[in-house]
Amino acid sequence: MVTATETKKVKFEILRQDTPESEPYFEKFEVNYRPNMNVISALMEIRQNPVNVDGKATTPVTWDMSCLEEVCGACSMVINGRPRQSCSALIDQLTQPIQLAPMKTFPVVRDLQVDRSRMFDSLKKVKAWVPIDGSYDLGEGPRMPERKRQWAYELSKCMTCGVCLEACPNVNSGSNFMGPAPLSQVRLFNAHPTGSMNKDERLNTIMGDGGLANCGNAQNCVVACPKGIPLTTSIAALNRDTTVQMFKDFFGSDHMVD
Amino acid sequence: MSKEREFYWRRLHSLLGIVPVGLFLAQHLVINHFATRGPEAFNNATHFMESLPFKLLLEIFVIYLPLMFHAFYGIYIAFTAKNNPKSFGTLRNYLFIAQRFTGIFLVVFIVWHVFETRFQAAIGAKEVNFNMMAEILSNPWMLGFYIVGVISATFHLANGIWSFLVSWGITQSARSQQIVTYVTLLIFLALSVVGVQALLAFV
Repeated sequence: MVTATETKKVKFEILRQDTPESEPYFEKFEVNYRPNMNVISALMEIRQNPVNVDGKATTPVTWDMSCLEEVCGACSMVINGRPRQSCSALIDQLTQPIQLAPMKTFPVVRDLQVDRSRMFDSLKKVKAWVPIDGSYDLGEGPRMPERKRQWAYELSKCMTCGVCLEACPNVNSGSNFMGPAPLSQVRLFNAHPTGSMNKDERLNTIMGDGGLANCGNAQNCVVACPKGIPLTTSIAALNRDTTVQMFKDFFGSDHMVD
Repeated sequence: MSKEREFYWRRLHSLLGIVPVGLFLAQHLVINHFATRGPEAFNNATHFMESLPFKLLLEIFVIYLPLMFHAFYGIYIAFTAKNNPKSFGTLRNYLFIAQRFTGIFLVVFIVWHVFETRFQAAIGAKEVNFNMMAEILSNPWMLGFYIVGVISATFHLANGIWSFLVSWGITQSARSQQIVTYVTLLIFLALSVVGVQALLAFV
């Protein structure tokens, strides 16, 4: 039976952009409230019925998503001024109107969808992996202490979501700083017993263009990181490692990887 | 400046801010403090500094060159940041912004200060002594400008010590960085008192 009571509405202001080059504009939407709604389920409502607050039919809002449980990093966007994942942004915990915007640190593809390629390029650049391929069986690597593994696991939670780059004042169109996430991965793979066999290569990469030295210690990244990764500690630890590496490079050393 | 050398330029910028520029600032403020003991004590102290052997070399290598590099590279650093205090209103983010604003202000202040004192003395128009400063600071606007300049400098140094310790990897953990935040706050307060007391002694 239809009752006369008005359904609760959720108000949205979404920064939209039709093409990578076109001018962004705000469009307002209202969707019917449901308990336990998150930003993504609200966006799905808009997609089902793409009509803005003025009752005008419009194009459905585009966004990126995958896992819906805050482990893939794809659905990151700026929600009420803060970069975060839209899957874990619960409507009940947000002040309205809820403002959605793309993470403009990255090239906008369309609406809320951005291209995070630069992060993956950085991971390739710093060699954020453990090289184990050889023309013969390299055998087992050195054993990792269990407590170190537990510590390293925290760093490995990084999902390349881009929130720390969006939060960082030094990552912007005027700088080529790779940002905190790939730097912390250098620390992770340099801590790995087999990965550390190439640690000087990774350190030398982040001592190059767009690398570690661009950090200005505003420390927004560690506040913003949805996975609670100690990014600023990683950066400071790499600062120490590169200090040592700098002297090794300059004076020459027999201890390049120990 | 080559981007590939960025790491080394940044480290040099960080180092020069402490040694010698930061040390020079501390020394400068302490010498100024002689003004609180009267004009004669101040004039004796400045004459002693001016009579140091190799004065010109000391000035060039301990003050002018490091300060100029720190200033010019600092301007570049300040303008590559895109501040976002609205999204992240944390203490560290505000200090990050303040470090850049005080840096830019200090370039203006120091250029003016050097022009008004050392440059005037170099062209023989005036002599650097107690009366020169008393004359400058008799203008309440100038007194205000100098007080803001001194406090900007002490802030920039204190916060710079904090970032120096992070940038060189000396303080790594969140706790060590927190403790140094308090220590640098004390340095800021102590140097500010020394600097402002000296300024007020000329009035």
